[in-house]
Amino acid sequence: MDIKELNKLKEKNSAVLKKKRIMVCSGTGCTSSKSDVLLSNLKKIVKDKNIKDILVEKTGCFGFCAKGPIVVIDPDEIFYEMVKPEDAEDIVASVVDKKPLERLLAKEEDKYVKKWHELNFYNKQKRIALKNCGTINPEKIEEYIAVDGYQALYKALNMTRDEVIEEINISGLRGRGGAGFPTGKKWLFTKNSEADQKYVCCNADEGDPGAFMDRSILEGDPHSVIEAMAIAAYAVGATQGYIYVRAEYPIAVERLNIAIKQAKEKGLLGKNIFGKGLDFELELRLGAGAFVCGEETALMNSIEGKRGEPRPRPPFPAVKGLFEKPTLLNNVETYANVPKIILNGGKWYKSIGTENSKGTKVFALGGNINNVGLVEVPMGTTLREIVYDIGGGVPGGKRFKAAQTGGPSGGCIPAKYIDTPIDYESLSSIGSMMGSGGLIVMDESKCMVNLAKFFLEFTVDESCGKCPPCRIGTKRMLEILTRITEGKGKEGDIEKLERLAKNIKSASLCGLGQTAPNPVLSTLKYFRDEYEAHIKEKRCPAGECKALTQVHIDPEKCKQCGICAKNCPVGAIEGEVRKGPFKINQDKCIKCGVCITKCPFKAISK
Amino acid sequence: MKKEMITLTIDGKEVTVEKGTTVLEAARKINIDIPTLCYLKEINEVGNCRMCLVEIEGVKGFKASCVYPAEDGMVVRTNTKELLDTKRTILELLLSSHEKKCLTCVRSTNCRLQDLSRRFGIEDLPYEGEMPKSDFDDSSDCIVRNTAKCILCRRCVNVCKKVQGVSAINTLNRGFNSKIGVALNMGIRQSTCVGCGQCVIHCPVGALTEKSNIKDLKKVLADPTKHVVIQTAPAVRATIGEEFGMEIGTLAQGKMVAALRRLGFDKVFDTDLGADVTIMEEATEFISRLKENRNLPMITSCSSGWITFAEKFYPECLEHLSTTKSPMEILGTLIKTYYAKKEKINPKDIYSVALMPCSAKKAEIIRDELKLEDELQAVDCVITTREMARLLRESNINLATLDDEEYDVPLGIATGAGHIFGTTGGVMEAALRSVSYLLDGTELKEVEFKNLRGKKGIKEAEINIQGKTHKIAISQGLANASKLLDEIKDGTSKYSFIEIMTCPGGCINGGGQPIVEEFKASKIDVLGLRAKALYNADKKAKYRKSHQNPEVKELYKDFLGEPNGKKSHKLLHTHYNKQEVYVESK
Repeated sequence: MDIKELNKLKEKNSAVLKKKRIMVCSGTGCTSSKSDVLLSNLKKIVKDKNIKDILVEKTGCFGFCAKGPIVVIDPDEIFYEMVKPEDAEDIVASVVDKKPLERLLAKEEDKYVKKWHELNFYNKQKRIALKNCGTINPEKIEEYIAVDGYQALYKALNMTRDEVIEEINISGLRGRGGAGFPTGKKWLFTKNSEADQKYVCCNADEGDPGAFMDRSILEGDPHSVIEAMAIAAYAVGATQGYIYVRAEYPIAVERLNIAIKQAKEKGLLGKNIFGKGLDFELELRLGAGAFVCGEETALMNSIEGKRGEPRPRPPFPAVKGLFEKPTLLNNVETYANVPKIILNGGKWYKSIGTENSKGTKVFALGGNINNVGLVEVPMGTTLREIVYDIGGGVPGGKRFKAAQTGGPSGGCIPAKYIDTPIDYESLSSIGSMMGSGGLIVMDESKCMVNLAKFFLEFTVDESCGKCPPCRIGTKRMLEILTRITEGKGKEGDIEKLERLAKNIKSASLCGLGQTAPNPVLSTLKYFRDEYEAHIKEKRCPAGECKALTQVHIDPEKCKQCGICAKNCPVGAIEGEVRKGPFKINQDKCIKCGVCITKCPFKAISK
Repeated sequence: MKKEMITLTIDGKEVTVEKGTTVLEAARKINIDIPTLCYLKEINEVGNCRMCLVEIEGVKGFKASCVYPAEDGMVVRTNTKELLDTKRTILELLLSSHEKKCLTCVRSTNCRLQDLSRRFGIEDLPYEGEMPKSDFDDSSDCIVRNTAKCILCRRCVNVCKKVQGVSAINTLNRGFNSKIGVALNMGIRQSTCVGCGQCVIHCPVGALTEKSNIKDLKKVLADPTKHVVIQTAPAVRATIGEEFGMEIGTLAQGKMVAALRRLGFDKVFDTDLGADVTIMEEATEFISRLKENRNLPMITSCSSGWITFAEKFYPECLEHLSTTKSPMEILGTLIKTYYAKKEKINPKDIYSVALMPCSAKKAEIIRDELKLEDELQAVDCVITTREMARLLRESNINLATLDDEEYDVPLGIATGAGHIFGTTGGVMEAALRSVSYLLDGTELKEVEFKNLRGKKGIKEAEINIQGKTHKIAISQGLANASKLLDEIKDGTSKYSFIEIMTCPGGCINGGGQPIVEEFKASKIDVLGLRAKALYNADKKAKYRKSHQNPEVKELYKDFLGEPNGKKSHKLLHTHYNKQEVYVESK
C-alpha cells in the first residue's frame, strides 16, 4: 500500500459513509440486550425487500448505555433508543419513508430529540478517543480509512522519530491508564534505550469494576489503536507489538483479530509499511482476568508466560521490559488519541483541557445516576457537569452524596467538591485519582464504610500475593471493615485502619497495594463520622448495613391494620388487628424492608 | 577493565562501591544490617518481603534496597521513624498469618522471622485474623513442607529453579491464599523433587524441614537386642562442630566419633572408607570404559540427588552413570556382609545408621535397586548433621568438649582421598590419584589437583592417561549439571569423565547441614572454610590415595577379590531406572 492507494480508498469509502445507513450499536452492552438479533433482523428485511440504497451496519458504542440498544440512522444522525429486535420492520419502513419513528426517539423535557448530538447527554461531551465509535463499522478497515484512518501513520513516517515524539510531547498527552505519566516522555525514554529488539505493548487489561472505555474503543474503533501502535513502534524503534487484552472481552478480541488481519492484508502492518522502511508485526495476548495484570510489569510477566505478578522497578520497562528488552507500554485510550494528535498537531490537542491535563478523558458513569454510560469530556469539566448535565442527575430525587473515581485505587469525592474541575492534579489533591476513568455516583442511601469494604473486598481478591503488606495487610483491613459494618467494631479500629493504610501504601511492591487503602483513607477523611457512628453507636447512618439497622413501627402512626405482619417473610411482626400498635421482634427481623413499602400509613421506617 | 566506582551516603556514612552494586550490599559493606527476609544474593533478588525498604532522597516512596541500584551521590536513610513503623507493621502482618508455634519449632533460635521480631521488639500482635489455608506435606522421604509457617519469600522456589533446575515447587493460588506448592496441589513425592534439601537450608523459617528419623533411631538405640552401628559421611566432620558453637571450618572428626559412642552406638565406622572403595570400583570402571570406548563420558554416581535428577530429567543419559554404588551404600553393604561375617553377627540383627550431610540419602536407602539378599536394606536409617546435633544435645553430649577418639576397625581407616569426597571436585581428584596406579601401577607424585577445586559452577581440566589427553568436567548445582547433560544428549560432549554433585559446593553444603542464615553467610565464606577443613584433613592424612588404604587392600584380598570382579560387582554396583514425572518445559 502506498499513499496514493490509501487516498483512493479514502475517497471511495467516504462516499459510502454518506449513504443512508442504519447503524446498530454492537458493543457488549447493546449486544447483551439483543442488538445482534436486531441487526440480523434489519439485514434480513433489507435483503428480502431488495432495498438497495439502505445499508445496515454494526458500529461501536454510542456511550448512552442506559438507553441501549441504540440505533442511529445516518447521515441524518437520527437517534433511536431502547430498540427491540421486533422494531426492525418499522425502522426500515421509516428510513424508506424518510419519516422518523417517533416512538423510538429520545425525549427530553417533553420534546422529541432527533439527532444524537443534540441530546443533553452529548452536549458537553467532546469525542476524540471515541470519535469513530458509532460512526463506522469497526470490522471494515475501508471505513476507518474513509475517516482519515492510517493517514497519521503515513504522516508520522514522513517525520523524523524525534519529531513524532516531540508532537506527542507538545500535545501534553498523559497516560490514560491511571497514573498519568507524560506519554511523550515515555516514548523518548524507550527510544533512547539502545537494544537489538524493542517492543510496543498495548495495555487492554481493563480491570476497574465498572470501567469499560477501553473495551468500547477496541470494539468500536480497533484500527485507531493499531495505527497508534505502529506510529509508536516507528518512534521508539520497535518491530514487534503485543496487545494484552482480557479474554473476558470476546467481542473486542474478535474485532482486533479482524482488524489486524485486514491491516496486514493492506500492508499497513508487516514489512516496509508505506515503503518507508518500518517493519511492524502485531499480536494479541489474552489475559485471564487478573486485575494486577493491568500493572505494567505484571502484564509483561503474563505475556512472557510467567505468573502474573509485578516485578520491582527499576529497571523500568523503557530500559528492560518485555523479554528483558526496552518496551513501550500505553493503554488503549492513550493510543486512541495518538492518530488524532499526529494529524491535527500537538498544539490542537494542547488547546483542550487544563493547565497540566490536556485533551479529553473518557469516564464510565455508573451507580446512582440516570444516564449510565460512557462519556468523553474535556479535562477540567466539573463533576457537577458530568453528574447533572450529562448524567441527568441522581434518580428518585435523592441527594448526591459522593462519587468514586479511580475505582479500587481511587477515592471518593464528597458533595462539597462537586464543582471541582476534574483533572489529574485536582483529583489527587482531594484524595482521589483519575484512574482509568470509572466514575461511580452514590446517593444518600449509600454507606461509606460499606463502600470502602466493597473496594477492599475487590483488592483482597485481586492481590497477587507477592508482597506481605498487600497480601496480608489488605485482608486485615477488610476484616476490620467487616466487623465495623457488622456492628462489632471496637474502639481503636479506626486508628488501626489508618496505620495499616499508611504502611500498606508505603510498603507495597506495586500500584495495586500502594493504592488499595485509598478508598478507606478518603472515606475516613470525609465521612469519619459514619465510621464512628458504626463503632460507637452501632448505627449505620445511611441505613445500608443490615446488621446495624433496626426497623421500627411508630406506635402513633400505626393504625393496627396488620398488613405489615401479613407481608413479613419471617414472621417478625407481632400484634393483633385493632388491639394496639404492632411491634417488630428485632431478633427475627432480617431488615428486608418489605413492611416499610407495604404500610399504607408510612408508620414504619429504618 | 577497571570498574567504575561510585560513592553514596547511607545513614550519614559514606561508602564507595562498584557501579551496579545494590543499596543493600553497599549498606552491608559499612556494617549497616538492613533487615531482610527474602534476599538471597543472585538467587532470590526479588524485592518481595519489603523488609529492606529504604528512603532515598529525591526518590518517591520507599524502595527495596535489595534490588535498587546504588548511584553516585545518592543519600539513603535506613532507619527513619516512618521506615521502622512500616517494617514493624510488615512483621506484625507476617506474624498474624504465621503459625507461631515457636517453642516446638525445629528452627527456633535459628529463624530469621523470630530474629527480626526480637530485633523490632514486637510484643503484641494487633492484627490477628483469619489464617491462610495451609498444607502439611510429608509425602516425600526427604523433606517436609508446612506452609502454615511459610512467609512466601520464595527462596525455596528460586533455589530449586535457578540453582538446581528442578522447579519442583512454585507459587500457587493468589492473594491471601497464595502458597508454595507443587503444581496441581500434588504432594512433593509426585513432583520433580530430587530431595536435595537446598530449599530446606535456604528457608528462613521452619516451613521446610528434613523428614526426621530421630524417633526411629532413639527406639533402636534403646533396644539392647540390636547391634546398632553408624557410619559418618566425609562432609559431616567438617560441619557438625558448628552446631556446638565451634567456628565454621573446624574439623571435629575425633570429637564426633567420641560423641556417637557416648550416644550408644556399638560401632562407629567411616564412610570415607566406603569412598576409598568407591574409587577402586569407579576408577576401574572408568578404565574399562575408556579401553572399550563405551558409555563415555562416565559420570560419578555418589550424589543421590543427582541420581534422582538423572532418572527424572535425563533418562536417556543413565548409561553414562557409573554403576558403582555411593560410598554410604558401599559401606552399608560391607557392614552387613563383610563385617557381619567377620564378627559373626546375623546381618538381620544389625541396625545400620548413616550420619549424612544430606536429605536425599533418606530416599536412597530404600531404593529397590540397592536391596541386599533377603530384601535387606544396606542402610536402615539416615540421620542428618542437624538431626544428630539435636539428638546429642538432648542426651547432654556437648560434642565440643569431648576428647578425640578413633573410628572402629575394620571399616574405620580412610585416606585423604576419601575425606575430600565431601567437597566439589573431590571425587574426581580422588579418582585421578588412583587411575594411573590401577591402570599400570604408576604412583603419581603430585596428589593435589588444585584446578579441580573451587567455586566455579563448571570446572574443566585435562588429564593425561597413558599418553592420551582426556577432558574432564566437574559441576556443582544441578542447573550446571544440566548444561553438561544437554551436551551429552546432543552428542557434543567433549569429556571423558564428569563429576556431578547435586549441591553447590558439594556435600559440605548438603541439605542436611547446619543452617547458616543468609546475613551471617554473607559475611564469611562458609563453603570455603568447610572445604578447607576437608583439604586440611587430606593434607594431614597418613594415606592420601584410596588404593593405599591398608584396610581396603585387606578387604579386597580377604573378601572382595578384584575391583569390578564378580563379587565386588554383585555387592558394590547398581543400576538406574527412568522415573516418570511431569517435567515443566524449561
